[in-house]
Amino acid sequence: MSTLTLPRALHTGPHSGTGTAAAARRRTTRRLGPGRPIRGSAAIGLLTLLVVWSVGSLTGFIDTRTLSAPWTVVTTAGDLIADGRLQTNLAVSAQRAFLGLLIGIAVGTALALVSGLSRIGEAFIDGPVQVKRAIPSLALLPLLILWLGIGEPMKVVTITLGVAVPVYIHTHNGLRTIDARYVELAETVGLSRWGFVTRVILPGALPGFLLGLRFAVTAAWLSLVVVEQINGTAGIGYMMELARTYGQTEIIVVGLVLYGVLGYGSDAVVRLVQRRALSWRRTLAD
Amino acid sequence: MAAHPGGLTVVAGAVADAVDTVTTDLTSTIDDAPAAVVVQDLVRTYGVPTKTDGETPVLLGVDLTIRQGEFVAILGRSGSGKSTLLRALAGLDHDVSGSGTVVVPERVSVVFQDSRLLPWARVLDNVTLGLRHADDLGRERLAEVGLAGRERAWPTELSGGEQQRVSLARSLVREPQLLLADEPFGALDALTRIRMHTLLRELCARHRPAVLLVTHDVDEAITLADRVVVLDSGRISLHLPVDLEGTRSAADPGFAALRARLLDALGVPPTEGTE
Repeated sequence: MSTLTLPRALHTGPHSGTGTAAAARRRTTRRLGPGRPIRGSAAIGLLTLLVVWSVGSLTGFIDTRTLSAPWTVVTTAGDLIADGRLQTNLAVSAQRAFLGLLIGIAVGTALALVSGLSRIGEAFIDGPVQVKRAIPSLALLPLLILWLGIGEPMKVVTITLGVAVPVYIHTHNGLRTIDARYVELAETVGLSRWGFVTRVILPGALPGFLLGLRFAVTAAWLSLVVVEQINGTAGIGYMMELARTYGQTEIIVVGLVLYGVLGYGSDAVVRLVQRRALSWRRTLAD
Repeated sequence: MAAHPGGLTVVAGAVADAVDTVTTDLTSTIDDAPAAVVVQDLVRTYGVPTKTDGETPVLLGVDLTIRQGEFVAILGRSGSGKSTLLRALAGLDHDVSGSGTVVVPERVSVVFQDSRLLPWARVLDNVTLGLRHADDLGRERLAEVGLAGRERAWPTELSGGEQQRVSLARSLVREPQLLLADEPFGALDALTRIRMHTLLRELCARHRPAVLLVTHDVDEAITLADRVVVLDSGRISLHLPVDLEGTRSAADPGFAALRARLLDALGVPPTEGTE
């Protein structure tokens, strides 16, 4: 009877005898969080996938006409680099993506600032952008092709549209969710309009902007894939499209891996920028 | 000061003129120092005021004068309008309607209940926010609140008490003629609060701003203030000068007498065993 009324800590002690370990374990509360992170967890899934692919190819479980073996992909990539095809196509793709990304970020940020800082701006800008957000870039393609032809401008504009929307949405959201208490503070310390924008608004919206940037970078590569398979004459998408007509799965896979590396790599770069720029923030993720 | 809603006269930086006309009927409680703050017949209502029994005004004609260098504490139950009064003096009442006269000095600083530091700015940048070429002064004030060497820290790296000290440094770096404090120690633990009381008294003794401290802590009001004002349903119900000699201690019978009067004015029945 008396043990029931004892505080919890008093139960565990050297005198409890054999049951100590078990008793102690029972006393710890159940862990509900995911626990400590596993080292190199990002690589585990990828490696498993690679092993399954290799074993499948070796045993003939995966038909090489359906999917080339990993080593074929590597040697094909080597060949493509040797005759310069990979570099030329990559350069063209990278230029398109970069240009679209740059213009898209500028447009998205500018729109978000105008719409976030003035009610009139919001009235004019927010509605159309929200509607554009609901229309996939792919659905706009027929119209863009009619307007801009099938050349480079159409491709860059499509990427720009895909990039501007997430940058706008997240930057605008970042602006609007800046705590009203900071606005009040800015008023009491007598900040000028310019000081308010540079000291409170921009740094406050930075987390939102960077999140938007992560989506934007992915969106840029996504749009790129689509536009490059339409009447391209160069680019990774064109290279893959050409390979499709000849049934060269190994080249298609090289293109896919390249897209993956580029997309993941640029996301990693943005994440790095994010961590540097937001070092003041202590979140659970970091 | 920021734009005020219609129906309210706000005169900033014209203290001397305005005061001449009103000094006669002021109930001065300390010396003959000129007034820093004059509030006359202040009425405040949130939302749209209606003539019929819709909205009850939060403030129903408040008159208050604070002399230069005087420390006034406002006590009141929740909803008594003490924060509304402070916000009226700070010029932070954009969406309220009302009437009355508010005269405040040119330089007004506000200390909020939360330290309200910009999390993305380092400590020194928070202190000098909105000022130019004030880094040296900022460092000096930080040293004064005992945070020398923490200039480059992020606000999130500081404890609650340290954050509130940064916010004190931020308000003092502007050399305010009026310091408005809205329950500045309400979120701190009891021990930190005692240390902050000592710090605030020292700082006020050195910089001599007029102070309006909003609090719900009777002991805090008696410990810090020259005069305690009780606000009850939108009106000032009691002006009580604190005339205690030397260091104020809750064990002092004078202290206890003041506390009893204030608690009575706040409608708290005396507890058995005390007094």
